[in-house]
Amino acid sequence: MNKFTLSALLVLSLVVGCSKHDETKPASVTTQSSASTESSAGKVVGFSQIGAESTWRTAETDSIKSEAQKRGVDLRFVDAQGKQENQIKALRAFVAQHVQAIILAPVVETGWEPVLKEVKAAKIPVILVDRGIDVKDESLYATLIASDFVAEGKMAGDWLAKKTEGKANIVELQGTPGAAPANDRKKGFAEAIASHPDMKIIKSQTGNFNRNDGKATMEAFLKSEGKNITAVYAHNDDMALGAIQAIEEAGMKPGKDIIVVSIDGVHDAFQAMVDGKLNCTVECNPLLGPAAFDAVDAVTSGKELPKKTIVKDELFEQDKAKEVIGSRKY
Amino acid sequence: MTVASAAPATPKQPRRAPRSLVLLWPVLALLFILAFNLAFTPGFFHVEVKQGHLFGSLIDVLKNAAPVALTGIGMTLVIATGGVDLSVGTVMAIAGQLTVLLMESEHYHWSMPTACFAGLGVALACGIWNGILVGYVQIQPIVATLILFVSGRGIAELISNDNLTAHSVPFQYLGRGFLFGLPFQIAIVIFVLLVVGLLMRRTAAGLFIESVGNNPVAARFAGINERFIKLLVYSFSGLCAGIAGIVVASNNANADPHNTGLNVELDAILAVVIGGTSLLGGRYSLIGSIVGALIIQAMDTTILTRGVAVEWTLVVKAVVVVGVCLLQAPKFQRLFRRK
Repeated sequence: MNKFTLSALLVLSLVVGCSKHDETKPASVTTQSSASTESSAGKVVGFSQIGAESTWRTAETDSIKSEAQKRGVDLRFVDAQGKQENQIKALRAFVAQHVQAIILAPVVETGWEPVLKEVKAAKIPVILVDRGIDVKDESLYATLIASDFVAEGKMAGDWLAKKTEGKANIVELQGTPGAAPANDRKKGFAEAIASHPDMKIIKSQTGNFNRNDGKATMEAFLKSEGKNITAVYAHNDDMALGAIQAIEEAGMKPGKDIIVVSIDGVHDAFQAMVDGKLNCTVECNPLLGPAAFDAVDAVTSGKELPKKTIVKDELFEQDKAKEVIGSRKY
Repeated sequence: MTVASAAPATPKQPRRAPRSLVLLWPVLALLFILAFNLAFTPGFFHVEVKQGHLFGSLIDVLKNAAPVALTGIGMTLVIATGGVDLSVGTVMAIAGQLTVLLMESEHYHWSMPTACFAGLGVALACGIWNGILVGYVQIQPIVATLILFVSGRGIAELISNDNLTAHSVPFQYLGRGFLFGLPFQIAIVIFVLLVVGLLMRRTAAGLFIESVGNNPVAARFAGINERFIKLLVYSFSGLCAGIAGIVVASNNANADPHNTGLNVELDAILAVVIGGTSLLGGRYSLIGSIVGALIIQAMDTTILTRGVAVEWTLVVKAVVVVGVCLLQAPKFQRLFRRK
């Protein structure tokens, strides 16, 4: 076998591996048509999005696009295909196009200073959505609009306290150790139940944010604690769905014998609520459009915004799930 | 114990322990973990009948060890030829994703057996690809299988980027069902083990694999088609990963392209090594690898059942693995024999 065949095979295998990326269109600027200019809007706003890697993110993109259309904003949308260099290129293009504001969903936390200084020099305000950045000079961006993971954990804890009247033996399925949502959702929940002496976390282990590990961890909890468990708190829906299976296989009824609470609000979780197996989920809201354009309006009219704007997350229970499952966007 | 009495009898220190003793240390390690639980983890040995099947921590260990045991069987033969297969985890994801997609998507709506065969077929194809790269193109196994290790998850996400729910009840039986009161996954492992064991014992395949691992040049001069043997073991490893992927998807009633089989290749290699198979190739033990998989799962289940703090789980796991490896190291064993 000569070297040529070898390299040909290697190239082939790489092509197979990369075809996922080739499939999608190269980064390009698409302009959302704006019909009217008479409203308060008529503004030109650039939006640099990370990509379309999950249903959550697609929902976020759709929310911002449709809000722009509603308000008659001329939105310049750029999909960065998960690459920071594409986002930086997009920001420079926005400066050249003299947009009035930029919405940025940063793919990583670092490396934004040089380009944001250029943007600042052009006097264009930047609004960050759903993720923060790490810059020394906070004046480089106007505000960050994001969910508060601590608050989500707290909402779940408060709901459980009310449901169980402050008495529960809880097992906790943690997210991937070290991940910000896992740390913060754990902290928020602990804060919420701290004032209820009869609410105890009797076991807490990681389920790595996925169904398989969530199920295996719950199986072990059911063996060691069994009927002692009154509630499960999972840091995301997938782990809760795994736990639900484990509870069923142990011959108990999830949602009745053991209360199941989780966070995220994905479609499968709503289905589980309709089936009566999941009691509630706190939605981590991707629909940031309205808040983002409120911020745009505020900064362009010269108002100072707090450095962080918290998006209200909503808690869904079973009866509400039935009403809204058809209209869920992600 | 047997080692202690056998060692002084032989005048020269044998380079390798006799075949029958290969299993001694892994089994001792497993018994040690179980004994620890018997003493310190109340209820670990409690097994009851629930809804017509057995229910308890020990049953969990048997059931959840299945994916690592299955990939471990394939990995054992690969390692016996002196190679390694890093792609088993991502091949699991590909097989699971394709099977569930073909069954559940309105587009295809395949019957459960055809979908499963398609999943196994694509896993086999992945294995053949690895086998050609290693056997015929002669790329280093670690690099050759790295290609699918990296691109495989992308392929799985390409098949479908969503978590797919598997509603099919017969499909769910594979991973969640029970046979004679025991999880059906155990039956799958035993079946694969029996088939492979018989093939290796009743045909010359086992001998060929060992000779390729011991000395590929000598094997070739002896007339063994070394390349074909390699193609065979990697293909088989791919097939085993496919079975494991389908079992996992069935157990979760869900195919997850991002997380299925994540880090399983490491557990499979670990199971093979603590099961007494040398990474250098040559002698291997299929039963040893199964015991290795059980050791890993017993450890995991123990950690979860005892509620070790999350920060400590990986450290505890590492300490046990170091202990098991030390027990098997000839130098370490001699240290105690000399006393």
